Amino acid sequence: MTDLQESAPVTTTRASARSAVGGRSASSRARSVVKHAVLIVVSIVMVYPLLWLLVSSFRPTNVIFRTPGLWINDLVTSNYTGGWTALAQPFGHYIVNSAIVVVGAVAGNLFACSLAAYAFARCRFRFRNMWFAIMLITVMVPIHVVLVPQYILFNHLGWVNTFVPLILPKFLATDSFFIFLMVQFIRGIPRELDEAARIDGCGHGRIFLRVMLPLMGPALATTAIFTFIWTWSDFFTPLIYLTDPNAYTVPVALKSFLDATSGSNWGAMFAMSIVTLVPLFLVFLFGQRFLVKGIATTGGK
Amino acid sequence: MSAIGELSSLRADRARRPLTPEEKAARRRENNRDNKTAYLFLTPWFLGLAVITIGPMLASLYLSFTQYSLLQPPTWIGVQNYLDMLGDARLHHSLKVTFIYVVVGVPLQLGFALAVAIVLDRGMRGLALYRSIFYLPSMLGGSVAIALLWRQIFGTQGLVNQLLGLVGIHSTTGWVSDPRYALWTIIVLHVWTFGSPMVIFLAGLRQIPAMYHEAAAVDGASRWTRFSKITLPLLSPIIFFNLVLQLINAFQSFTQAFVVSGGTGGPADSTMFYSLYLYQKGFGQLEMGYAAAMAWLLVLIVGVLTALNFLLSKYWVFYDD
Repeated sequence: MTDLQESAPVTTTRASARSAVGGRSASSRARSVVKHAVLIVVSIVMVYPLLWLLVSSFRPTNVIFRTPGLWINDLVTSNYTGGWTALAQPFGHYIVNSAIVVVGAVAGNLFACSLAAYAFARCRFRFRNMWFAIMLITVMVPIHVVLVPQYILFNHLGWVNTFVPLILPKFLATDSFFIFLMVQFIRGIPRELDEAARIDGCGHGRIFLRVMLPLMGPALATTAIFTFIWTWSDFFTPLIYLTDPNAYTVPVALKSFLDATSGSNWGAMFAMSIVTLVPLFLVFLFGQRFLVKGIATTGGK
Repeated sequence: MSAIGELSSLRADRARRPLTPEEKAARRRENNRDNKTAYLFLTPWFLGLAVITIGPMLASLYLSFTQYSLLQPPTWIGVQNYLDMLGDARLHHSLKVTFIYVVVGVPLQLGFALAVAIVLDRGMRGLALYRSIFYLPSMLGGSVAIALLWRQIFGTQGLVNQLLGLVGIHSTTGWVSDPRYALWTIIVLHVWTFGSPMVIFLAGLRQIPAMYHEAAAVDGASRWTRFSKITLPLLSPIIFFNLVLQLINAFQSFTQAFVVSGGTGGPADSTMFYSLYLYQKGFGQLEMGYAAAMAWLLVLIVGVLTALNFLLSKYWVFYDD
């Protein structure tokens, strides 16, 4: 496991090593100033569009197109009130739809991926390596190649315009990425713990529930957070399966905004964009530690 | 180890030491129990593999040899779809657009991610703050809200033109509505989301023992020499991992092009990504057989490029073990 947070000792040893080699000379201080200057400029470029979006959502529409700056002369909230009711349903309806899908997807991934990961990491079974390789390869299969038959299947079952096609696959562990993430995590848990439980007479079921799951907290949190963000933002799958406007999730509703108001009501659309970004931002803010660790783990050790 | 490293180093783990008969019996009992548990625990995954992945893949292979509009049963037409693809100028164009996006966007994004990761070295003050700021866009970037924002920023009266106006350049070009520039605005959006490869690079840089750099510095190696002789080789497995994943993802890009162009791939097909064209064929014109054939061409392209990547990796990726 890569541990990004608890690396204070490394930092200090390296800093002291550096000062032992070259000393904190004037040139290294100058370099550090330049570095920060560059990083600050890049940071501004990175967040400017987001801040501009936020500010614009509080501006009258006719002003949005004349002000690149971030100041507000007259603050209006009509974009929010107007935008909330601009579509066939109040915007809250689509948020509820999205919430149902997200909760289902998170539950599915946590359930199915943790079971599969435990089996891959702790059981010896026939063809384990073959199945493991297949699992890794499915991470790379383009979604398009299964799209058409999947649609036909779900259509036959009468599940188009329901949330089943968006949730069910998660309960079948189709997000192999998370299985791999959890396998990595379980490998880092000392085997002595489950062996001790086994000597006490626990079977795999109880070891999984009582020993492994409580220890897997960080991996489960990472999975839940990534699933939340990706499902909340997912546009492609809902676009295909949800054609009834009442079933739209937030991204599809937001997109239909563009057609419904024919691009004239940018203020309202910006306001609703902010509304859809707020949950993502909050999850990012509070889950960042897990996000960083999770993504670093998949690429690093 | 990364998923990709893992894949290339899978080996059977067998017991090396000969076992006594009692040990063998115990091992067998345990293996039997493990076997049952494993297959039980993996039941959801097996079901998913069969019903959601492999079954549909086989079905899509079959459908690619048929004409199928969802309304009537599929009719077998042999390789006709594939032959049609050879003569489909719009498909060739969508491949070209996608290739430009991949060939320019992916290296640019990775280069940026690596450069920023290297600047953000370990001892740096404010590292956590910078990392959050750079990482945020890649968490939001896939959403429709950001794609809509992009469409507006690069519109005729958008933020970019407003800013250009401040420095005296009065452009009346709507960047997203000009076929010469529309694709590039999506490439800019892609580069803007360099945060997640950057986080992976940062983790990788942390794995490089500081003493390598210190030893080299004592020997008088320049910054550039240390970068090219220490950092790059030791980071190469991670560069490789990012490259493979980003390539696979970039080929499947959809949302940004769909939203920026309003679903048309316009102006003048300049943002007609391959997956957007596939969507239009399948779900717009209900040519499901053709869409299935297009999907298999995508698998072929992604597969060949990934295999090529793995082959070439022998010459530049160093596994240090």
